[in-house]
Amino acid sequence: MAENPHSLDDFDRRTPDWYVDRLMQSLVFIGGFSAIVFILGIFLFVAKEGLGFVTTDFDPVEFFTTEYWAPSDEDAPEFGILALIAGTAAVTGLAMLVAIPFALGAAIYIGEFATGKTREFLKVLVELLAAIPSVVWGFIGLSIMNPLIIAVFDVPVGLNVLNAGIILGLMAAPIMTSIAEDALKAVPDRYREAAEAMGATRWQVIVKVVLPAAKNGLLGAVLLGVGRGFGETMAVLMATGHSVNLPTSVFDSVRALTATIAAELGETAVGSEHYGALFTIGIFLFLITFVINMTADLIVRGVRKG
Amino acid sequence: MFEATALNRRNDRTQALFRMLFLLMTLVLIVPVLIILTTLIVKGGPVLSVDFLFTSPTDGMTAGGIFPALFGTIWLVAVALLVSVPLGVAAAIYLSEYAPDNWMTRVINLAIINLAGVPSIVHALFGVGAFVIFFGFGTSILSASLTLAIMTLPVVIVASRESLQAVPHAFREACWNMGATRWQTIRKVVLPNAVSGILTGVILEVSRTTGETAPIMFTGAAFFLPFLPQSVFDQTMALSLHLFVVSTQVPGVPEALPYGVALVLIAMVLLMNSVSIAFRMYLRGKKKW
Amino acid sequence: MVAAAIAAQGVVHKLAVRDLNIRYGDHVALSGVSLEVREHEIFGIIGPANAGKTSFLKALNRMDMFDSAMRVDGTVEFNGRDVRQLRNVYALRKRIGVVFPLPVGLPMTIYENVALAPRLSGIRDRAELDVIVERCLTRAALWDEVKDRLNSLGSLLSGGQQQRLTIARALSQSPEVLMLDEFSIAVDPVTTMRIEDVLKELRSEMTIVLVTNLVQQARRLADRTAFFLDGACVEIGDTEALFEGEVQNPKTRDYIEGRFG
Repeated sequence: MAENPHSLDDFDRRTPDWYVDRLMQSLVFIGGFSAIVFILGIFLFVAKEGLGFVTTDFDPVEFFTTEYWAPSDEDAPEFGILALIAGTAAVTGLAMLVAIPFALGAAIYIGEFATGKTREFLKVLVELLAAIPSVVWGFIGLSIMNPLIIAVFDVPVGLNVLNAGIILGLMAAPIMTSIAEDALKAVPDRYREAAEAMGATRWQVIVKVVLPAAKNGLLGAVLLGVGRGFGETMAVLMATGHSVNLPTSVFDSVRALTATIAAELGETAVGSEHYGALFTIGIFLFLITFVINMTADLIVRGVRKG
Repeated sequence: MFEATALNRRNDRTQALFRMLFLLMTLVLIVPVLIILTTLIVKGGPVLSVDFLFTSPTDGMTAGGIFPALFGTIWLVAVALLVSVPLGVAAAIYLSEYAPDNWMTRVINLAIINLAGVPSIVHALFGVGAFVIFFGFGTSILSASLTLAIMTLPVVIVASRESLQAVPHAFREACWNMGATRWQTIRKVVLPNAVSGILTGVILEVSRTTGETAPIMFTGAAFFLPFLPQSVFDQTMALSLHLFVVSTQVPGVPEALPYGVALVLIAMVLLMNSVSIAFRMYLRGKKKW
Repeated sequence: MVAAAIAAQGVVHKLAVRDLNIRYGDHVALSGVSLEVREHEIFGIIGPANAGKTSFLKALNRMDMFDSAMRVDGTVEFNGRDVRQLRNVYALRKRIGVVFPLPVGLPMTIYENVALAPRLSGIRDRAELDVIVERCLTRAALWDEVKDRLNSLGSLLSGGQQQRLTIARALSQSPEVLMLDEFSIAVDPVTTMRIEDVLKELRSEMTIVLVTNLVQQARRLADRTAFFLDGACVEIGDTEALFEGEVQNPKTRDYIEGRFG
């Protein structure tokens, strides 16, 4: 063993590389751990700023069930967010009505019917549509949709539930399409082949085999779309008309939870009641989206296991 | 025999019908957006000029160019990248190469999902509470960029993790079997083959960061500033916020001006996205194994 | 005291495995395996799929460290040292070269494929690396085919060439043990024969553990052979004797004669 380059004690001696590996493991762990720190930080800091409001004269029943939002009234400020919740719900609801069928339809077309270059092209297009910034969508609602709605429906104001709903639907649809298409792709080809071998048509395969197999993934896509719509800020701020209102028709202007924060935070004094109320809305938004995202994740992961 | 043929023909017709229906649904999503984009180009195009890009707004923002906003956006994005790229790539390396299958890893993954799902305005509130007030950075590029970095961190993590995991496991095992440590394996085999995919993700993040508005509204971006930022502790204008301001907050803006701002913003975002997609396709075409 | 026992027998044990159990979660891959591998022998391991052969190799060079699902109990000694008690387990793997069933050419140049491990061990001198690369490629019977294109990608060689590249890489740190796991599965018969010749030559320099799916390959090469079945080592003995029918367990004869597998 004269030519053996290994010294006898190298089993017992840790080389610099051993320590470098340990060091790098710790360093990259910091990166991973930072995600936990940030999500906790977001909750804690938003809660901290909202705490002053929640702990003084805060009546959750009044906060969530009255529709009077007049935070800057000097004599008797009112903090009821029911109208804001209704605004968000109306806009998100309409957006989903627009987005869900078309997004799922588009996903089915891209995933099950389109082939080769067409499919590749559509996927890229959908990805690009998903990248359009929300402030641009808001501008579109303001400058293109607004006059269009006034002209088509003969209403005095075009900034309303309909406008924001369509904008938000067009915004959320590409993301839902991508995720739904992934869910369809996750269905193994042998399922399709087995059904086709028994003489089923493409359409029968989709309805009887692919959609049932992908249903959790599709549900996850829908939920993530709801989360996106719910949390959207700039487009909703610019396209809803931004007036506190319990909507009775799609032509009513409304105001959304997110938009309220965006519009008012700049005018409030740090630590004031109004400021605390806006952060309390923030906590509410955080918790709702947290639940939506967790549910979507559970549903989607349920698929992978099953 | 004849019956079967008739059935087949009917199935073919149904098939074609459904194919048309779904194509139509796809087009309903895509065509209006293409029309809208065309409108933006038609109305905003005439505004664009070298002067528009390289001069300041004048006359109470009703005339002039967008240079300070463009300049500020570059600042914001650059500082955000300085934070999010190292953190995000590190997180991706940890999750892809080191993380054991335990509760901590699951919690990290859930945190990333939620980080991506929290509304942008809540990120803004966090930025105000944490960076502006608690850490005392004030409304500044630093506060705004940190907020943006945290918000877009999941983009970097997810894209980087995907490209790391696209490197076949057999390469790692070959290295480990030769006595390489995990880190040596990452440095010599995994990262060199994943770095272009990570770059794709970073370009995507730049595009996302450029378009974000809500997170910077109260943390560092100003409606109008007569001077350019000198350091990360200054406020700055930003292109995305500028679009919001000229289209909603300033009276007497000529109609074409906001279209021009919107066009520049969307051109930047879509250009970077296209580069990222083209780069990804190019990489897919030239596999090394 | 192991060393003393070995000295008494006049046989040097390169590897000593005692009561080795391997589990993946609830699935038992290997149970109660005890055997010794002598220095400078070719030790064959045969057996049907899922007999635990690959898991066995992974336990020898502590690859379980990289597989969080894999649980190993029992002792494995390398040169009389328990491999589970080493402070620096990476040094162990430098002394054990491994060749996989499917060839793995790393996506770097042919030269870098072979020079990678020596570089990681701190060899910087280009001339020294040149010598190592040429020597290892020559011994793996690949040098003549690639000497003019050492800078092309190793991952784009043909399957047979990649497998010889893998062997060259495994030799690059002058290992004391070479483990091969069904190396001929994805390789043409000509390459298989060339590699078998290589192994016969290497026997004088190192100990070889050869897991093979071809019983005749074990017969051609191995000094002693073990038969693994359903996670247990059911037979171990001199190869010639086994093939002539001197077996403890009738299943061994059935397998060797091709009645199942």
